[in-house]
Amino acid sequence: MKIICRCQDVTEDEIIAAIRQGATTIDEIRRLVRAGMGSCQGRTCRRLVAQIISRELKTPPAEIYPPTFRPPNRPVAFELIMSELKRQELEDGEKK
Amino acid sequence: MNRAFDAVIIGGGILGVATAYELARAGMKNVCVLERHYLASGSTGRCGGGFRQQWSTEANTELAMDSVKRLEVLEEELGYRTEFFQGGYLILAHNEEEEKQFAKNVAMQRKLGLDVSIVDADEAVKIVPYLNKEMIRKATWCPKDGHINPFLLTQGYANAARRLGVQINLWTNVVGIMKKSDTFFVMTETGNTYQTPLLFNCAGGFSRSIGQMLNVEIPVDPYRHEILVTEPVERLWDPMVISFSVGLYARQEKSGGMVMGMGDPNEPVGTFVGSSMKFMYEMAQRFTMLFPKLDKLRIVRQWAGLYEMTADAQPILGPVEEVDNFIQASGFSGHGLMLAPAVSQILADMVVNKSRSEVVESLNVKRLYNMKDVVKEKSVV
Ligand SMILES: Cc1cc2nc3c(=O)[nH]c(=O)nc-3n(C[C@H](O)[C@H](O)[C@H](O)COP(=O)(O)OP(=O)(O)OC[C@H]3O[C@@H](n4cnc5c(N)ncnc54)[C@H](O)[C@@H]3O)c2cc1C
Ligand code: FES
Repeated sequence: MKIICRCQDVTEDEIIAAIRQGATTIDEIRRLVRAGMGSCQGRTCRRLVAQIISRELKTPPAEIYPPTFRPPNRPVAFELIMSELKRQELEDGEKK
Repeated sequence: MNRAFDAVIIGGGILGVATAYELARAGMKNVCVLERHYLASGSTGRCGGGFRQQWSTEANTELAMDSVKRLEVLEEELGYRTEFFQGGYLILAHNEEEEKQFAKNVAMQRKLGLDVSIVDADEAVKIVPYLNKEMIRKATWCPKDGHINPFLLTQGYANAARRLGVQINLWTNVVGIMKKSDTFFVMTETGNTYQTPLLFNCAGGFSRSIGQMLNVEIPVDPYRHEILVTEPVERLWDPMVISFSVGLYARQEKSGGMVMGMGDPNEPVGTFVGSSMKFMYEMAQRFTMLFPKLDKLRIVRQWAGLYEMTADAQPILGPVEEVDNFIQASGFSGHGLMLAPAVSQILADMVVNKSRSEVVESLNVKRLYNMKDVVKEKSVV
C-alpha cells in the first residue's frame, strides 16, 4: 500500500479507484478522495497525483487539466488576521 | 456515435445528475447529461453541503422535507457513501425581530410535520459549545437537518445513473439550441449536435444563458459566494450553525475541518469565482465575534462558487409557456443541493408519469414575470 498524500493518508489504490469512477483532473481527485486537501494543500502530493492520472489514462502530463490555486499560501490563524486588522486600524488612526 | 436521446440535460451539477438518475429510474431509456467541465465543477462541488428543513416559505420547507426523506435512504439505494449526517441545524436569533420571524417559521414548519423547536441561549450553547452566549436571544433547532459531502452525493447519483444506462458526457460545452417542430437540436462547442424531444435546463448560475439560446427569459442572477475551511481539529460540534444577522454559517467536516461561509450583500452580479482578501478579513471578524474562544483555528483554503439567485430566492421549476418540453430546474438561490433529491424525483415523475405537483406549479417561472403571488424566502445567508 503506497501512501500518496501524506497529509490526508490517501493511498495510490484510492486514487486509482477515483480515476476508474471517471475522474480525470487533480481537482476531482482532491474532492473525491481528499488527496491534496491537507495542511500543505497538495504541495507535496500534487505531482504524484498528476503522474498517476497520466499513467492510468495514458495522457501526457501537460494535457492534465490544471488544479485551482487558492489562498492562503500557508495556514493562517484567525487570531493573526484579527491582530493584523487591529494594527491596520491603529495605523489608520495615527494617519488621521 | 448516435446523438439522439429521449431526454438531454444541460448541466452536470447535482440537479442535472440527480434528474438523469430519477428519469432512468422512472423508466426512461435513453438519457444524456451534457457538462462543460467535470461533474460538480459548478456550484455543487463548491457548496457548504448543508441540508435544512427550516425555511420561511412553505414551498421550500416542503421540498426540503421531501429531500431529507429521500436522503435518508439514498446511500443504500445508490450503493455509495456520501458522508450523509443528521447532526441538526441550529439557527440563531439575535434580536426581537428575528425572534418573531422565527416563531412564525417554526409554527408553519411544525404544521407541516417538522420536528423543530425553539430553544433558549443556555440550551443553544449546549448544542453548539463555544458560542458567545451574550449575543443570543433564542435559537431554532431541528435535529434531523444535517450535512452531506456534495461531491460524493453527485458521484453516487452519477454512478447509479450510468448503471441504468444514462450517458454522461463531460467536457461538452453547449453553445446553441434550435427547435424544429418537436425536436431540440443542442449544439456543442466541438461541433456536435444532440437531438431530443425533451430538454432540461440544469445549468445553475448559467441557466439564464441556456434560456436565451431558445429566447426564453430565465431570471436567474449569479453572484459569487465565498467559503473557507480550517485545519482539522478535534470534534467541536455536530450541527450546522447559522446566523442570518451576523451573516455566517459553520459546520465541521467528518475529517475535522471547520467549513464556514458568509453572504456579502455588496457582491455584484457576475460569474467571477476568484478568492478575495476582504472575505478572509470579514470572515475572521464575524467568526471570532460569535466564537471568541476559537480564534486559534487556522484557515487552510478559501474558495468560491455561484449563488444562483431569483427575485424571491426560490427555484424555477417545470415547463415554460413559450417552448414546449423545455423543463427548468435552476435558480436555487444558494440551497440547491438540499432541494435536489426531491426536485429531481418530482420532475421525473412529472414528465414520465404525467403526475402533477402543486409545489412545482407554484414555482413556475411565470411568477417572476409578473411578480404576482410571490412570497420571498427570508431565511437565506
Ligand atoms: C459557497 C457556496 C455554499 C453553498 N452552500 C450550500 C449548502 O450548504 N446547501 C445547499 O443546499 N446549497 C448550497 N449552495 C448552493 C448550491 O451549491 C447550488 O444551489 C446547487 O449546487 C445548484 O446545483 P445545480 O446543479 O443547479 O448547479 P451547478 O452545480 O452549478 O451545475 C450546473 C452545471 O452546468 C454546467 N454548465 C453551465 N453552462 C453550461 C453549458 N453551456 N454547457 C454545458 N454545461 C454547462 C456547469 O459547468 C455546472 O457544472 C452553496 C453554494 C455556494 C456557492
Ligand atoms: S501531501 Fe497531500 S495535501 Fe499535503
